[in-house]
Amino acid sequence: MGLEEKLPAGFVLTTLESVVGYMRKASIWPATFGLACCAIEMMAVGTPDYDIARFGMERFSATPRQADLMIVAGRVSQKMAPVVRQVYDQMPNPKWVISMGVCASSGGMFNNYAIVQGVDHIIPVDIYLPGCPPRPEMLLNAIIELHGQIQTAPLGVNRVAAARAAEEAALGATPTSLMAPTHDHLAHLAAPTGKNLLA
Amino acid sequence: MSDENRTDDSDVQPVPDPEVDSEQTRTDDDPEDAAAAHSANIARWQDLSEEELEPVQVGERRGMFGATRGQDTSGYGGLVTPTLFPGASPRPYGSYFDEVADALGTALTESVGYHDAVERVVVDRGEMTLFVAREHLLAVARALRDDPALRFEMCMGVSGVHFPGEAGRELHAVHHLISVTHGGRRLRLEVTCPDDDPHVPSVVEVWPGADWHERETWDMFGIVFDGHPALTRILMPDDWPGHPQRKDYPLGGIPVEYKGGTVPPPDERRAYT
Repeated sequence: MGLEEKLPAGFVLTTLESVVGYMRKASIWPATFGLACCAIEMMAVGTPDYDIARFGMERFSATPRQADLMIVAGRVSQKMAPVVRQVYDQMPNPKWVISMGVCASSGGMFNNYAIVQGVDHIIPVDIYLPGCPPRPEMLLNAIIELHGQIQTAPLGVNRVAAARAAEEAALGATPTSLMAPTHDHLAHLAAPTGKNLLA
Repeated sequence: MSDENRTDDSDVQPVPDPEVDSEQTRTDDDPEDAAAAHSANIARWQDLSEEELEPVQVGERRGMFGATRGQDTSGYGGLVTPTLFPGASPRPYGSYFDEVADALGTALTESVGYHDAVERVVVDRGEMTLFVAREHLLAVARALRDDPALRFEMCMGVSGVHFPGEAGRELHAVHHLISVTHGGRRLRLEVTCPDDDPHVPSVVEVWPGADWHERETWDMFGIVFDGHPALTRILMPDDWPGHPQRKDYPLGGIPVEYKGGTVPPPDERRAYT
């Protein structure tokens, strides 16, 4: 699109953003990228019981050329990794990625030589969905979350500014392993008897 | 116990005895007749030396409960246990195994010779394993598939095993065979090769279904199957270095991040013994 690139930040751009966001989120066609067990749950989302057709997303596009959303459902092996990248590259903009399940998000239970430890080593991911496999309702939740992101996504100059801000934040962020732990692992060793260890 | 099964030396005829066992006298449609006609005594128990009957050590286990870095206070850390596989089995083997051994002996007399081709026969827990010398694998395979008394027409797969502790015989290729014609008989062929010269003849010309199995064994263990039409990697990417299922290949995981620390992959964690 060329129009939003030329608009200065202001009322017109924000209105355009909300209109374009509404249009885009309501018309997503996911790409069939079910790799392993999570694909079964993705198929279940297509059934009337969980009904992805409520979003108009029941038409899974086998060709990436007509797809907007890549739901990476399943573990990505080393052999499959270049294929994932190629299919992602063949998708036209705007495109989004949901990594469904723990294997696609982080390598899951397969912490070994054969599985890529998270598909974000290969492609940029918008929503990480944990679960082994995630229930169909969880996938619907991830899609609704993505819809929220799409609705509020900036365009044009706002988008460039948002990308710069995100990069600044990431460069200054604390790595996870250096963050404060959520609870004290060794407190029970020094605890007096009768202390509630799960507190 | 084996003394009751001993037959007298004077009755014995060396295999094959052309008077009772030749193309003209064999009755292929009745396996009992065929077996009776052989009077075969391939590897009778007194032909097996003491060391052949002994269990085979394929490796060694040190300590108990896994790795140790010297903090072991249980006393079991210094334990050294050999890993033992059964040694050669004496005749009679039981059930259909004797028939199979006899028929194979007869089938191989023209080509290779049973005693050259089959190094060892192990009958353990109701299963028969023939250890075949790799030079003679194809002759044995063709005999097993084509001979009417044997007819092992299905090769269920070619698997690989790596025994780093067995010097000179590190890599094994295991072929599982089934005879549908003879009511589901099972047989296992095991071929060994050293790590320095990991070549085993390919059985694709005998059992074409073993094609992808041999590719997988090459990919995972590094056993080169000579005569295979297209021996390439099948599970790992084409340019992957190393052979992942060998015992000395690392697991290859990455440390998992949590808030406040990381957890290393299972093969790099601390020892508890």
